[in-house]
Amino acid sequence: MVKAVINGLKVEVPEKTTILDAARKAQIKIPTLCKHPDSYLHASAACGICLVRVKGSKKMLRACCTPLEEGMDIITHDPEIVAIRRTVVELFLSNHPNECLTCGRNNNCELQSLVADFGIREEFYEKIVKDIPKDDSTGNIVLEPRKCINCARCVDVCQNVQDVWALTFLHRGFNTRMAPAGDISLADSPCVRCGQCAAHCPTGAIFEKDDTVLAWKALRDPEQYCVVQIAPAVRVALGEAFGFPLGANVTKKIYTALRRMGFKAIFDTNFSADVTIMEEASEFVERFAHKKGPLPLITTCCPSWVDFMEKFHHDMIPHFSSAKSPHEMMGVLVKTYYAEKNKLDPAKLKVISVMPCTAKKFEISRSHDMSASGFQDVDVVLTTRELARMIKQAGIDFSNLPEEDSDHILGDYSGAGTIFGATGGVMEAALRTAYSFVTGKKLPKVEFENVRGLKGVKETSIKIEGAEVKIAVAHGLANVEYVLDQVRKAQKEGKPLPYHFIEVMACPGGCVGGGGQPYGVTDELRTARAKGLYSDDEAQTVRCSHENPYVQQLYKEFLGKPLSEKAHHLLHTKYQPLPIYRR
Amino acid sequence: MDKAVIEQEVREIADSWKGKEGNLIMVLHQIQNRYGYVPREVSLVLSEILDVPLARIYEVITFYHFFRLTPPGKHTISVCMGTACYLKGGAEILGELEHLLCVKPGETTKDGQFHLEVVRCLGCCGLAPVVKIGEKVYGGVKKKDVGDIITQYSEDSEAKTAA
Repeated sequence: MVKAVINGLKVEVPEKTTILDAARKAQIKIPTLCKHPDSYLHASAACGICLVRVKGSKKMLRACCTPLEEGMDIITHDPEIVAIRRTVVELFLSNHPNECLTCGRNNNCELQSLVADFGIREEFYEKIVKDIPKDDSTGNIVLEPRKCINCARCVDVCQNVQDVWALTFLHRGFNTRMAPAGDISLADSPCVRCGQCAAHCPTGAIFEKDDTVLAWKALRDPEQYCVVQIAPAVRVALGEAFGFPLGANVTKKIYTALRRMGFKAIFDTNFSADVTIMEEASEFVERFAHKKGPLPLITTCCPSWVDFMEKFHHDMIPHFSSAKSPHEMMGVLVKTYYAEKNKLDPAKLKVISVMPCTAKKFEISRSHDMSASGFQDVDVVLTTRELARMIKQAGIDFSNLPEEDSDHILGDYSGAGTIFGATGGVMEAALRTAYSFVTGKKLPKVEFENVRGLKGVKETSIKIEGAEVKIAVAHGLANVEYVLDQVRKAQKEGKPLPYHFIEVMACPGGCVGGGGQPYGVTDELRTARAKGLYSDDEAQTVRCSHENPYVQQLYKEFLGKPLSEKAHHLLHTKYQPLPIYRR
Repeated sequence: MDKAVIEQEVREIADSWKGKEGNLIMVLHQIQNRYGYVPREVSLVLSEILDVPLARIYEVITFYHFFRLTPPGKHTISVCMGTACYLKGGAEILGELEHLLCVKPGETTKDGQFHLEVVRCLGCCGLAPVVKIGEKVYGGVKKKDVGDIITQYSEDSEAKTAA
């Protein structure tokens, strides 16, 4: 432990704690634009706003990347420090376009808040805004480099946390700019659309493509019958936009809001997550117990992970579960099963998904399989952030809404469906069902604590009828490499498989930390949101997907049994190698 | 360019620097000597051979002014903006060249004939202001001479093309 003084207050922190973090513990906020509080991101020391000094010294230190040392006496705020910070902010403003009112980050921008905090009322320096065009080539992540302040968060997360290397810095000095490597469009880069860049951007330089207009258009068209689904992770994050405590579960208020916005049926992706488990657990049992197909089986709910694998790890295609992601399953079920049952014309059905994710916007047109109903199965994807905006646009007083239920039967879920939103959740849900499928027995305890939590790679094993099932759960794409290397090594050396079943989620923490979630994600927030989901699971009477009576009804009335021909046609997909340049 | 040929050439260059720290920049130097610039196809192959992310290669190429991403013009026009040349009207000469060739420093004319660049001191300050075209140095250049000088080179090329 290190003992020091900050602004006259005694502090004691673990070694290597930065001055910035130590000050935070003493309730002192040192402003910064480049250091994100998320522990996954490194300090780049790019912005120069977090300057502090050792008492009596003229020299300034950057608090974000200077560890607090024993006996230091730090001053974080004095007239000179504050004046310098103010000048730095003014300099940022001098190359930042004044488009706040129409910016995607208006009212939610770190630069804007800092300018407001400093009370800057005049622009002192000559304005030079770089003329770099917008890049909306991907159709889901939009780059607006003119608004970039070169904080390096996006580049850090893209290269080091996600190992994608789509974004980098080009040129130097004043001409430095964030861009895909070599002046290509983002769509031609290895970008997997995870949106972690957008989630960490302090300004409006990277954000999700706004599809709220499309959604409103569909809702206001009397010819269209609009159906909505919400993903597991949305329910424990949306509340943040309306002042609810971190991780608060606002599922039933969301249902009410969506109904008031004009949706004809409110469904829940948790239901189709249960269906995904029926298919994926059956697939696992086929491969594990009946030796039909290669092991390990790898989960495919995450479209960024699918894209990443198709680009960089296509040797793993045979190991991929062919089961579609839950929201795609919901889309196709709405346009087939639900349409038939309610005598609705699927051509007039619009399925809108509310997702914690920017990659889901890309997934809906990923391949022909995403139109298994004969129409594009999901029409519009909104992120959690976009839904928050729409609720505000609709004049709905969200905090005071009464709670309503979802619609039958595609809105009725088990506890297993809801935990999909946290890393390890899909694995836990699949194990609950796979256990029963193999043994025909009920699990004595449904919780698998070992696959929960924020450790980058979680390895464990469980016993099913005496056979050991070895498991790995990875989140944050950079963590996947280790897991896949273990598999390749064993395959090459002809050794026993290190794992039989692997879950991968692209975003750290899983979907709760998704690229489309409300801003400011940290481990504290990821944990709070995951806790919200695990509480939702505990609150359900049905905790296993195969015990969900409505899932059983769906199979009885429509699909037959898991992996049936119909299920294959509607609920499964194929993968192909994408030769995007290597990283 | 044929990928197989590029691969062989790049591999030869890369192999001579294998395992040496900071080899990327040296390999890029040699690649530019070989091709006159660093073509994207070559960077892609290099990324694979050196196991360096393409993004990192582009960071280096764009960071150093030395490296080029486009083919050089047939004739490189270097305008000196060192102290002496600057004081003797280097900026005016540069402006005239920009105007006549319709390019900015660092760019190549559309017909690929001229590449314009700015240099700091060619070591012959007594001749200021100095313009170098290819290996030939022009001293005491006046704004009104600029047109005539470059016409010689364009005519040169036209005559050759015609022949």
